[in-house]
Amino acid sequence: MQNETIKIILADDDEDDRLFFIEAFEELRMKTEVTTVNDGNALMKKLDCSAEQLPHILFLDLNMPFKNGMECLKEIKNNPLLKNIAIAIYSTSSADTDVENTFVQGANVYIKKPSDFDQLKKILSVVVTTNWQYQTSGLDRSHFILSL
Amino acid sequence: MKLFLKFDLHKACQLILEEQLTKQGLTFKTLAFGEIQLKEQLNTTQLTTLSESLGYYGIEVLENQKSILLQKIKESVVELIAHDDEMPNMKISNFLADKLGYSYGYLSNLFSEYTYTSIENFIILQRIERAKQLIGTNEFTFTEIAWKLSYSSVAHFSTQFKNTTGLTPSAFQKIINKRKEISNK
Repeated sequence: MQNETIKIILADDDEDDRLFFIEAFEELRMKTEVTTVNDGNALMKKLDCSAEQLPHILFLDLNMPFKNGMECLKEIKNNPLLKNIAIAIYSTSSADTDVENTFVQGANVYIKKPSDFDQLKKILSVVVTTNWQYQTSGLDRSHFILSL
Repeated sequence: MKLFLKFDLHKACQLILEEQLTKQGLTFKTLAFGEIQLKEQLNTTQLTTLSESLGYYGIEVLENQKSILLQKIKESVVELIAHDDEMPNMKISNFLADKLGYSYGYLSNLFSEYTYTSIENFIILQRIERAKQLIGTNEFTFTEIAWKLSYSSVAHFSTQFKNTTGLTPSAFQKIINKRKEISNK
């Protein structure tokens, strides 16, 4: 019984953050496939083209040019084809209003970007494994809310 | 009379698979020889029926034993927590070992190897999920929920809820209620 590859997309305009993110997953002992895009428009285009191969989880920076994370979140949640993708907000903001608003709009996870690489690895591992439980153990996805 | 036959094994297997899976009402896609992707998620009974019907043709569902056992562990935990009121007065580890007939050490290793988590964490997650359902109904106080789920105190319940979800039970309740307001609009 081979574990399925976990498909992950990150939308973030910051190049360093994208690199750290990819590196963190390379160091985690999990079968993952990470794709990154630089802004919200690129993300929506990518999702439209990959309707057959949707990611298991999508990490979304809030502050991005062209189309910000909140706009992407609303658009995804209003699209019947995309609305079931698990969404993790990945932001430098830890303002209570941002956390609450994104959850209310349907985000599943809120991550305050950590400054420390080991911390990042730990957080990403928790998020991906928790998401995995929701996908494979018949849990109620509408109750998947996690703040880190 | 003697006849000479040439077999197309690939085709024969493919037809048997189609026949047997369709009989069970399953939709599938052939990925590679010896690998299929089912559209549906099978429960333990369906998986057993399938491996029996394929077994008749000498087709064995590989690793089937392990995945069935994993499924059984999950189902037992879920069942145990759903009937929290009559929670057996024994440790969950003993309960699982007794029920499934394997040592808890074996079950625990198997579980961790294939699910990215431990049985202990799975139990906590399931219990918190149950709590979320109860919170979502808006019918119970947190004290009642803590009691229903056999937590020693509401403080213990709130702490475990916060550790698992990052939110307090009341913050969670607020979000769920706001989501409902939006979807009712």
